[in-house]
Order: sequence, then structure tokens, then C-alpha cells
Amino acid sequence: MITVDWQAFTPWSALTGGVLIGLAAAGLVLLNGRIAGISGILGGVLTGPRSDRTWRIAFLVGMLVAPLISWALFSLPAIEINAGIPMIIVAGLLVGLGTRYGSGCTSGHGVCGLSRVSPRSLVATIAFMTAGFVTVYLLRHVLGG
Amino acid sequence: MDTKKETFVSFIVGLVFGFGLLLSGMANPEKVLGFLDLAGDWDPSLALVMAGAIAIGLVAFTIAGKRSYTLLGKEMNLPSGQHIDRRLVVGSLTFGAGWGLAGFCPGPALVAVGAGEIKAIVFVVAMIAGMTIFEFIERARNRA
Repeated sequence: MITVDWQAFTPWSALTGGVLIGLAAAGLVLLNGRIAGISGILGGVLTGPRSDRTWRIAFLVGMLVAPLISWALFSLPAIEINAGIPMIIVAGLLVGLGTRYGSGCTSGHGVCGLSRVSPRSLVATIAFMTAGFVTVYLLRHVLGG
Repeated sequence: MDTKKETFVSFIVGLVFGFGLLLSGMANPEKVLGFLDLAGDWDPSLALVMAGAIAIGLVAFTIAGKRSYTLLGKEMNLPSGQHIDRRLVVGSLTFGAGWGLAGFCPGPALVAVGAGEIKAIVFVVAMIAGMTIFEFIERARNRA
């Protein structure tokens, strides 16, 4: 059975944050005709044609600046990273390889793809969610204590 | 080339996306792992992040799907792939395993870099290395 941690549950900030993410994806597709998929946007900066880079870089700069503005105007929400450096490196490599090989991540497949009702993105989302659940299960309940 | 308007739109949209990730808790790996840990004390918050985002996204992409041009008058650039193949599944499984190891996916990791987190910088460097390795493998395969 699943035990819900009601203390940690933050429905309103989660929902409001989700709506902001949705509005951003909506703005990008309706105004620029592009998918707000972060791995794809970053991958395109690394390897895509030069003429297609400006909007990608502008988007990524916006993301990088967001915490600074948030910190200046309100407060910066907690960012806790408990994984050690070797684990972080392995995780980063897997995420980089996997998102390019599978053509998308949580934003491209999970948010935009599911919003487009794309069967491809549904399969991808089920696959990465399952792998995420299994990995955390193995780390926390089989290997770790 | 992008028009200045489109570049500005991209920046603002990236900013809003970043705020959304911060506010929702997606940019906090501990929160993400709390969601992925079904067998522990489960934090269902992130399901609501997806619900909120998709509720808006469904409307936007329905409108976008009916248009050939954007509101700024350029051609729509939506993915056309329909194939469900091994690449899609194996790639997504690989991504999910990495996501579960550290609690970071690409967007939140970039936002955490902006917040000055050293571990996030290490993660993003490794992620870009992973993307570059993918590119090398692809090129080698295409040459063969």
C-alpha cells in the first residue's frame, strides 16, 4: 500500500507552478510554433543549425535567470541535492544520453507531448516514469537503508 | 532567422517556465525523489504539476494543431514522428534511470544552475557530455 506523506504535500504551489509551466509551453507554441522541450532545445544549441540557435539560447537564458529574479523579488524555494558527486555524474550522463536517444524529457514528452495527445510521448512518459520509480525503489529500499 | 519578437518571446517564456519549475517544487531534487519513492512516504505533489501544466497545454496544443501559422505569422514547427520504436523506449528508460538517481531532469537542473548550485553545474556538464556522446555515436553510425 502507498502511504501518503501529507506533511510534504504542497498541492497549491504544485498546481500553480504547473499552470505556469503550461502557460510557458502555450506561449512558445502559439507565438513561436515550437515545443517547450528542454532536452531538445539544449540539444539543438549543441548541434543544430546556427540560424536556429537564437531562440533556443534566449529560452535557456530565461530559465537560468528565473532563480535570480525569484530570489530578488520573493525568496528562492529550497533546492536540496543529496546525491553525491559520482552519482550526480552518472545521472547526468544517463539523462543526456537518454533524452537525446528518446527524443525528449519530462517537458517535451511529459507536458507538451501528452498535451498533444501523442501516442509516442505517452509511451515515452510511461517508460521514464517507470524507470524513475524502479530506480528510486532499488536505491532506497533494496540497496540503501 | 528569428525575429527580435520571437527571441523576446523565447526569453520571457523561458523565464516563466523557470518560475513554474521553482514554485512547483520540480527544481528541488529531494521533492522529485519524494514523488518517485512510491514505497516510502509518498509526496504526490508532482502529479499536480503535470495536471496543471497539461490542463493549459491541452487547450494551447488543440489551438496550435488547427493552425498552419503562429500568432506571429511564422510556420508552425510541430513534431511529426509517429513511430514507437526501440530508440524511444530504450532512450526514455535510460533517461528515467538517471532521473531517479539524482532527482534532476534537464529543465530543473538548468534552473538550479541559475541558482548557483555546484552539484547542478556538475550534473549539467555531465548531461551535455551525454548529449555529445550521443551525437558522436549517431555520426559514427551514419558513416558506417
